Amino acid sequence: MSILDSLYQEAILGHYKKPRNHGVLEPHDVREEGVNPSCGDEVTLYLKFGGDVITGVSFEGEGCAISQASASMLTDAVAGLSRAEALALSERFRAMLHGAEPAPELGELAVLRGVAKLPARVKCAALPFTTLEVALAHAGS
Amino acid sequence: MSADTRSADAILDVASIRRDFPILARTVNGHPLAFLDSAASSQKPRQVVEALVDYYYNHHANVHRGAHTLATEATEAYEQAHRKVAAFVGADPGEIVFTRNTTEALNLVASSWGRANLREGDEVVLSVAEHHANLLPWQRLRDELGVRLRFVGVTEDHRLDMAALEAALGPRTKLVTTFHMSNVLGTINPVRRLADLAHAAGALLLVDGAQGAPHLPVDVKALGADFYAFSGHKMLGPTGIGALYGRRELLEEMPPFLVGGEMIRKVTLEETTYTVPPKRFEAGTPSIAEAVGLGAAVDYLSAVGLERVHLHSQALTTRAIRGLRALAGVELYGPEGDDRGGLVTFTVEGVHPHDLATALDQLGVAVRAGNHCAQPLAQELGLRASARASFYLYNTEEEVDRLVAGVAHVQERFAALGGGL
Repeated sequence: MSILDSLYQEAILGHYKKPRNHGVLEPHDVREEGVNPSCGDEVTLYLKFGGDVITGVSFEGEGCAISQASASMLTDAVAGLSRAEALALSERFRAMLHGAEPAPELGELAVLRGVAKLPARVKCAALPFTTLEVALAHAGS
Repeated sequence: MSADTRSADAILDVASIRRDFPILARTVNGHPLAFLDSAASSQKPRQVVEALVDYYYNHHANVHRGAHTLATEATEAYEQAHRKVAAFVGADPGEIVFTRNTTEALNLVASSWGRANLREGDEVVLSVAEHHANLLPWQRLRDELGVRLRFVGVTEDHRLDMAALEAALGPRTKLVTTFHMSNVLGTINPVRRLADLAHAAGALLLVDGAQGAPHLPVDVKALGADFYAFSGHKMLGPTGIGALYGRRELLEEMPPFLVGGEMIRKVTLEETTYTVPPKRFEAGTPSIAEAVGLGAAVDYLSAVGLERVHLHSQALTTRAIRGLRALAGVELYGPEGDDRGGLVTFTVEGVHPHDLATALDQLGVAVRAGNHCAQPLAQELGLRASARASFYLYNTEEEVDRLVAGVAHVQERFAALGGGL
């Protein structure tokens, strides 16, 4: 499969065109904005916690298909996870972007593995997750 | 002759030019490279690379010091580069200061001329379409000195709003500064007219020539520019070398930019007197080899002829505009007419520019995506980001056609997928 085929496929463009959990989550405990200054991609995450568990998550954003699809899949993936589990997921996702085999718990996020072959686009896919990590740090403080 | 009436490949012997650029023979992702990003940085002909190699293999030493043979040869090579670059833009060698790039040349004017001549309440007139390199130095002077910035917009057809510019000129105007050719819109500004207006208002004209010098015949005296800044790497030269033209009387009155070696007359522990321009503004060991390379680049461009380079780029632009306009959902930016240089900025509905650039790269077509270091202009136009294809003397009509076909292909793919989830 060519990079074009692996990247711009149904599963990814579907999230781009019809993002999940899109919009402002009310009420929320944490709102975190992430920006890639070099390309202008923006992702804002909203998180709601019940104790240590993420009970609600949504995002707003503007940018390329890779960044927005990544954000959309993130919201599906982290709902119901504890902070530690969400952080671990983020680490595994970022490892995949740097060439590691996708860990099973990444689930649907594994469709973004092709980004590893495009160094210039790794930051696009990573943006929602770096934003999540900052949000989790703020939530824990 | 207008660019419309001749095909691009008839204006220049592109096949023969391409043989001078080894990189153009490589493939990218299994396709022949179609390099359509020369407005960011051009490729280099072997004549430029060989000038660098010859300089390093046979002549290198530090310049302007030492009596030995290599020092003499290096100094002569560096001075010869000064003369070539000066002749290229119609200046005297003493009026050309070598810098790292356009950004440094513009910062030099702001730091040296600006701090010496601008006071609180003085006004600098510039457009909303400036590259950040010609905006940030003036924003800094505004914040530090209380200089006022008067911004001039662009018209609906993406030309500089000349009526607004005339209205912005006043008794406190000390400087008018804008681009020769816009790196986003491709608009070629009427520099001579701007010079006349600025001078009538008692102000100077600084031209950002980063896109102008590579593409247009430049005669700074005929243009009436007081300062003209440009980069070597966009005009076939090496990175790390650019130039500032400054009118002799202006440079002579200006204080140094950086201070240190090479730029002094006499130094004691108590005081220093500075040497004459251009050396006053070239502190430290300069980019000697890069200057030599730039000399070879202007030799190359002059041999081809800038007028023909410009017509060729314009013809490719016309072809690209026609092809892209035929695609539904493609929006194009920039004016149409002879005051349009060799680049096309566009957006494709439903396909983000970064995705478009990634997808085109998979087809071997290199374009730029982003805000092109002109965020205020993007805000004015209501754009988050855009794609830009830019053309130079080595590009072909076939490459333009591959761009158009590639955009159509990506567009179809994005339209077909993603609806089923």
